[in-house]
Amino acid sequence: MSTHRRGWLKGAGAAMAGLWASACDRLNENPGVTRVLESAEGLTLRAQRLVMDRKALAREFAPADISADFRANGSIDPDDPEYLAQKAGGFAGYRLAVGGLVERPLSLSLAELRDQPARTQITRHDCVEGWSSIGKWTGARLGPLLDRAGLKPNARYVVFHCADNLGGGPGGRYYESIDLIDAYHPQTILAYEMNDAPLPVRHGAPLRLRVERQLGYKHAKYVMRIEVVEDFAHIGGGQGGFWEDRGYAWYAGI
Amino acid sequence: MADKPRPGRMLIRRHSLATRTTHWINVLALGLLLMSGLQIFNAHPALYWGHASTFADPWLSIRLYETADGPRGITTLGQARFDTTGVLGWTGVEGDRRNQAFPGWATIPSYRDLASGRRWHFFFAWLFAINGLVYVAFGLLGGHIRRDLLPTRAQLSPRHVLREIADHARLRFPKGEAARTYNVLQKGSYLVVALVLLPLMVVTGLCMSPGFNAAVPWLIDLFGGRQGARSVHFICAGLIVLFVVVHLAMVVASGAWNNIRSMITGRYAVELPEARP
Repeated sequence: MSTHRRGWLKGAGAAMAGLWASACDRLNENPGVTRVLESAEGLTLRAQRLVMDRKALAREFAPADISADFRANGSIDPDDPEYLAQKAGGFAGYRLAVGGLVERPLSLSLAELRDQPARTQITRHDCVEGWSSIGKWTGARLGPLLDRAGLKPNARYVVFHCADNLGGGPGGRYYESIDLIDAYHPQTILAYEMNDAPLPVRHGAPLRLRVERQLGYKHAKYVMRIEVVEDFAHIGGGQGGFWEDRGYAWYAGI
Repeated sequence: MADKPRPGRMLIRRHSLATRTTHWINVLALGLLLMSGLQIFNAHPALYWGHASTFADPWLSIRLYETADGPRGITTLGQARFDTTGVLGWTGVEGDRRNQAFPGWATIPSYRDLASGRRWHFFFAWLFAINGLVYVAFGLLGGHIRRDLLPTRAQLSPRHVLREIADHARLRFPKGEAARTYNVLQKGSYLVVALVLLPLMVVTGLCMSPGFNAAVPWLIDLFGGRQGARSVHFICAGLIVLFVVVHLAMVVASGAWNNIRSMITGRYAVELPEARP
């Protein structure tokens, strides 16, 4: 084949690919199409809740399975001034605020959190990108902590407000939310230790959420404040989390 | 084109309404599952075995590397390294290349957008799974699987299988009475795809779900862990693509219009042997 003809064919191929790609992109950006595609999320949540026992545990692994190369994603070194001051003081002045729809708002130091009913678990962390790492986590169980604060009857979701501004700029603060089924799951903990050492900064020091039956982005790092709400429409972009506001599913069980 | 048979040819009913409907829904669902699946793969273009990722040692990776000659797309398979610039890893025509493992024309959307890819994938996964259940239910109840797909004893004799392979290699296809039923290679490949590969896609897909893992903890051990399930998911997708390529080639080689019509209207023309000169 002559180079001229080959060049022409290549050009035609590239043009076809371009047309095809832009047609697919237009379909993808159509709000109606997005709404239809999103309808499957509710189906997935209901189907998983149907076949899954509320208390069914995520698999726990042996110490030998712990990943030496546990990857850190999202924020790995928050630059919020208040956070930096806390970090400089070894989080000695850190206090976790628990408020919202609770009878008795709490403010707990790390020492007080360590006195809470605790759990240690070696579990697999699944990033939405597709990779997995195994780590050992120790932390205060969220269920007893919420009971201590006392949930009001209209409480439905637990929101975690974080120190990191992953988006950069206003509205970029990380936050997450889970419902009460996951909040009261026995493996749902506020971890202050990873692999038998204080939680490293890159993995969310001083406190991160572990919600083992969902993907990594639900496991909020740098948790500063817990807010119990009836509805999260008024928080952030209204979708229930930093990544949810950017198009990811609120229920990340798959 | 009219459905009126030409002299010497006879139209038979080949595909039931259930087979035809589920076939085309499957075409749509598998096409979008593949494109959105490649989008999801692009978010972490490396595969591992076992429960966790061994980041330094994937068995397959498709990545961009900065070299002395500028960026290159490098695909690694085991210890082997291939420069796949333009096609995989650093994709697109020269001057308009992107850091994407699979190129934009193969993914939906064409640019990197994991959130959208996941939306497409899970919507069409539901459609695909429900469609597959309908197909299997009709196939079992209506006898399609037993009657049309299970090979007969005669078809399974080594001599017969060898002759079919030789005939296919020379693109000689059955005529007349023999064309009314699937040949043994067709039966074998359709059975493997419909009852092994496609169900495996659903099972390995579910095994990547941390929620499903908690609900059915033993299933993931079939694949040696979540990363193993992800690898098998990718390999089976590749085998399905391979099947589709061969399937389309055979559709064209054995009478494109007749085959396509039979999958749309159900009617398939067979030559009457006595009418041949």
